[in-house]
Amino acid sequence: MIQSNTITKELDVFAIRKQFPALNRQVKGQPLVYFDNAATTQKPQVVIDALVDYYTNYNANVHRGIHTLAEEATAAFEASRDAAQRFINASSREEIIFTRGTTEGINLVAYSWGRKNINAGDEIIITEMEHHSNIVPWQMLCEEKGAVLKVIPQQDGELLLDEYKKLLSSKTKLVSVVHVSNALGTVNPVSAIIQLAHQAGALVMVDGAQSTVHLDIDVQAMDCDFFAFSSHKVYGPTGIGVLYGKKHLLEAMPPFQGGGEMIKEVTLEKTTFNDLPYKFEAGTPNIGDAVVLKAALDFVTRIGKEKVRNHEIELLAYATEQLVQLPGVRIIGTAATKVSVVSFVIDKIHPQDIGILLDNRGIAVRTGHHCAQPLMHCFGIPGTIRASFAMYNTKEEVDQLIVGLQKAIKMLL
Amino acid sequence: MSDHKTIQETENEIVEEFSLFDSWDDKYEYIIDLGKKLPVLEDKHKLDENKVRGCQSTVWLVADSENGKVYFKADSDAVIVKGLISMLIRVLSGHTPDEIIQASLGFIQKIGMTTHLAQTRSNGLLAMVKQMKNFALAYKIKNSMQHGERSTETKSN
Repeated sequence: MIQSNTITKELDVFAIRKQFPALNRQVKGQPLVYFDNAATTQKPQVVIDALVDYYTNYNANVHRGIHTLAEEATAAFEASRDAAQRFINASSREEIIFTRGTTEGINLVAYSWGRKNINAGDEIIITEMEHHSNIVPWQMLCEEKGAVLKVIPQQDGELLLDEYKKLLSSKTKLVSVVHVSNALGTVNPVSAIIQLAHQAGALVMVDGAQSTVHLDIDVQAMDCDFFAFSSHKVYGPTGIGVLYGKKHLLEAMPPFQGGGEMIKEVTLEKTTFNDLPYKFEAGTPNIGDAVVLKAALDFVTRIGKEKVRNHEIELLAYATEQLVQLPGVRIIGTAATKVSVVSFVIDKIHPQDIGILLDNRGIAVRTGHHCAQPLMHCFGIPGTIRASFAMYNTKEEVDQLIVGLQKAIKMLL
Repeated sequence: MSDHKTIQETENEIVEEFSLFDSWDDKYEYIIDLGKKLPVLEDKHKLDENKVRGCQSTVWLVADSENGKVYFKADSDAVIVKGLISMLIRVLSGHTPDEIIQASLGFIQKIGMTTHLAQTRSNGLLAMVKQMKNFALAYKIKNSMQHGERSTETKSN
């Protein structure tokens, strides 16, 4: 009895690995160790099958056709929207806009909400640990409107909330913050950030690119105004993502792009726009990948986020413990609450050299600035080596990473 | 200096050397060793304008011309990249602009470096080659201007 109890509580990693065909391949003559999950996760067979099934059996354009295939495609497309709504606990399906990914979600808000609501002298707050995707759209908006971009500083990978409080004022119109840092793994206290912003009368956009796969997302409890995530970091296909926005905000926003699908009626003089969410989905959407997103989200839910999280955190602790014992290794970002991302540098060794030598042993890590150059600048480093763990990674793989690093260090020094 | 060897001869020499290695570890050991041995570039050359764009690591590359031949010096903060530059310098340095521009550099593929270091932004190998050829082209134009080729002068006016 005790045994079966343990099995239900713990993740059966062996069974999970069997569902990811890419993990069977060899790289440079060795079994692949894939530790670049924060960049994109591998795909389970159910996701691959769902994509093949869509193109094999019911590929059609959505919403317009009267024929059977169009009806099936539309039903699957909309079922995926419902799945996304459940996954982040949005209050209505109209609040779920399909995008190409997190970057497009942020750009949509910056373009549509931003250009309508931001004026000269207004202030937008971001943080020092943003991905370039959550910096550049706001820089562009501020430049265009004469608004001011303010930045919450961080220390050792944690945001300084006292500094944030000082930045907030009646001029603050929007706070856009990364939920989980892609470069460091820090889980930011978004609920507190949102509460403070709302007290100051500002809206909050949360970049959920890294958090959605690891944490339980409840946009209503979080009370964020906008939330964006990408399917491909949640075991789903690339090229599809979700933007959540509170309904009354989305309704008041002008369309992002013009074209088919987003219209109600077009005469050559005037167009009336369609209702949510279609107002923001101009043109034929990425139907195939949108449909398959449901398969990915259902897969994650079926396995259970909490179980996965426990497993990943155990790997993170194990890897961190092993890494700090290596000569010259320094962990970058030591926040108290992290997801399974460990970023580090090694004395006198360039991250790229490590990346090349690890790849030579079939180990995939990410090296470089992780599209977070301002953050790297804060730490005074050009980049880091980043290992990020997913549900299918094992302690044995971490051991291989450590051996690979020991050999690389020996070769390079 | 490899003054009396052609670019192709030096390329063949490198391919031969690499054929002696059994494993990728050995190849990398060798490249790392080359990187460590590459003479340090003086700080006065480590300027933003001498950086090669498109590399994950920082690569500085400078060129000089003497008696119609082009000489390269380079450095990087990453040692494997430095080893790769060292090979490119060995092959290309001390040759005429035309020889450098026309060099096929097939050795890079033959020693497995294009498949092994994928052609992504992080590699930088292709960016370095392009930069070296650009230098050669610049010296070719400069030399022809100095030799007073009227046609070039007329065109530029």
